[in-house]
Amino acid sequence: MASGVKPRVKVPKTAEAGEAITIKTLISHKMESGQRKDGDGKLIPRSIINRFTAEFNGENVIDVALEPAISTNPYFQFDAIVPESGEFTFTWYDDDGDIYESTKTISVA
Amino acid sequence: MTTHTRQFNRRSILSLGGCALAMTAVVGTPAFASLTDDAIAALTGGAGAVEGGISITAPEIAENGNTVPVEIDAPGAVAITLFADGNPTPSVATFKFGALSASRTASTRIRLSTTQNVVAVAEMEDGSFQMAKANVKVTIGGCGG
Repeated sequence: MASGVKPRVKVPKTAEAGEAITIKTLISHKMESGQRKDGDGKLIPRSIINRFTAEFNGENVIDVALEPAISTNPYFQFDAIVPESGEFTFTWYDDDGDIYESTKTISVA
Repeated sequence: MTTHTRQFNRRSILSLGGCALAMTAVVGTPAFASLTDDAIAALTGGAGAVEGGISITAPEIAENGNTVPVEIDAPGAVAITLFADGNPTPSVATFKFGALSASRTASTRIRLSTTQNVVAVAEMEDGSFQMAKANVKVTIGGCGG
């Protein structure tokens, strides 16, 4: 499932030093649970994103392990502290080995 | 998000009208509850989790079990694991909070196959475990069966 996967992330462009900001992430992915059956009654094999991480300048913010019970197009909202200007890196790990990455820069006024 | 909130309010008011008792009776314990208990026991190393300090926000009624918004808030937690005790596989997700996490809260959207409890188990900084439960009534299940 490498086609049509598009990460979307919402991070404020600026913040004050040490401020807590809210981050929203969404990635388009069908998150096939491995429970569904196709027209012939055969199980459709599982194909999900199994891990999501967010880092700021190399320091971890959140690390999520996903199971098939996470909805299609996995969405996460969480809070992060911004100590200085820098870059957020968001990484999604697919069952098939693909890694999707998105970065956002934020500047501290 | 807005529709869910509105739904929640309207149904809450309805349930005040006298069917609250009946609704509690219908909820019962889902068939797969023991799977969740096993999973929680495995997570806590048999120590068990006490209900308290943490909270879980989920709609009381979810029309579509394919995408149910859930928010967890566990001040002082290092990790939170979510379970859905009526799903074929109870595990939903594990959130580990890093050094730059501002608050021990997170929101996501999950699949629920049927009416059931969503359980959050938080591992606290001192190694103890706390849990919170929310019952969600599902109109259309989200496992595609």
